[in-house]
Amino acid sequence: MRRTVPLMITFIVGLTLILAVFIPPEPFDTMNREFSVYFDIIAVFAFVLGGGNLLRLHGDRVYRRGKDWKFSIVTLAGFAVTLVVGLGKIGGPPGVRGDLMAPGTWFRFVFNAVLTPLSATMFALLAFYVASASFRAFRAKTPEATILLVSGFIILLGRTFLGGILTGWLPDSLSFLTIPNLADWIMAWPNTAGQRAIVIGIALGVTATSLRLILGIERGYLGSD
Amino acid sequence: MNLSPAELWIGGILTLMIFSFLYRDNPFYKFAEHLFVGVSAAYWMVQGVWGTLMPNLVAKVAPGMVQSFMPEAAGKNPEWHYLIAALFGVLLLTRLVPSIGWLSRWSLAFVVGYSAGTNFIRYLQSDFIAQIRSTMIPLVVQGQGGLDLGASFSHLVLIVGVFCGLVYFFFSKEHHGALGRVSRIGVWTLMVTFGASFGYTVMARISLLLGRLQALIIWLRLVSGGS
Repeated sequence: MRRTVPLMITFIVGLTLILAVFIPPEPFDTMNREFSVYFDIIAVFAFVLGGGNLLRLHGDRVYRRGKDWKFSIVTLAGFAVTLVVGLGKIGGPPGVRGDLMAPGTWFRFVFNAVLTPLSATMFALLAFYVASASFRAFRAKTPEATILLVSGFIILLGRTFLGGILTGWLPDSLSFLTIPNLADWIMAWPNTAGQRAIVIGIALGVTATSLRLILGIERGYLGSD
Repeated sequence: MNLSPAELWIGGILTLMIFSFLYRDNPFYKFAEHLFVGVSAAYWMVQGVWGTLMPNLVAKVAPGMVQSFMPEAAGKNPEWHYLIAALFGVLLLTRLVPSIGWLSRWSLAFVVGYSAGTNFIRYLQSDFIAQIRSTMIPLVVQGQGGLDLGASFSHLVLIVGVFCGLVYFFFSKEHHGALGRVSRIGVWTLMVTFGASFGYTVMARISLLLGRLQALIIWLRLVSGGS
């Protein structure tokens, strides 16, 4: 029950989705569509599980007065308020019949006032760390590091007005050497070549792993017991 | 997007709280960080409930129950097979109860099977066959006035780059001699790609930073009484 049933579920679901491509008539086509909806529904329960884990972790920390327990109250409060205003569709003229993000809803207010600034600033903060990390890491010590450095700089300069100014004096016959044109060329050709090699490698890896999962050779997701 | 003064005030203060981390870890940053965790977890949960669970599960299994606020469900017959998905979902929650937590493997098995089945086909079609097909391009490109040297060179770079990049990922044989040299060119191609990706990542982060600074300026104008 603990291992055989999950292995059978994986095999049946995986095989059905593959067969749906090769045998278009019913019932595989319908199963393919319905499984996609099932997957979405299970994903929502995964969000609920995540919320449950969050409550358990931070609730426990508050109860035991653990490290930074006062901040756990902030997490719990933010979670509870957002959940209540979202599930209840509080605020806004249409109420529970209306759109979740309709103007005037409190959920939209939380999104605009709290979530958007926090997420954007968190990622913006990385700009400083990426800059300082690259300053320390990017030393042109080897040919490979030099290529990476030059390519990165051309792309950065080529996408700003500085790139145009620095090489704007070049005659028309050498316009392909201007930094913006070089940046475009790097993106279109060598970058595509590298991306493509990586993508093909990943595709082979994913295909092999998928097959191992469906056939029950790869069982890591079932845990140890 | 027009934000209300309250949204600007809260957003501005939270932005400053996050930026305070640039000095060092402090209670203001921790407050904002913890708030972010709680709000984002609830946000995605709510989006999932209203965007997926209601229309795809509740409206299908019990259309009568939701037809008052979901008109599209009115007059439809229940589709009981969606209860299977609900059952899998509930089984996933057993992870919260250690004694029966092993039941969540059944749901996980469905997720793994679905991902493996769709990825097997999707990656083969779009990331393997389609990418190889796109690489099969002419090495000699004819322009209006004869040979187009620039385009031919670009095509050569692409084909050689993909081939050498793939050779670099071929680990079944040691990279010595000719294979080593080809693999070295593959590394150079990959380095160009990583450099370009790095450039784009930095630009995206800087663009976000500028957006936040712009929002701060708007907020500061509001604080100082300007328009």
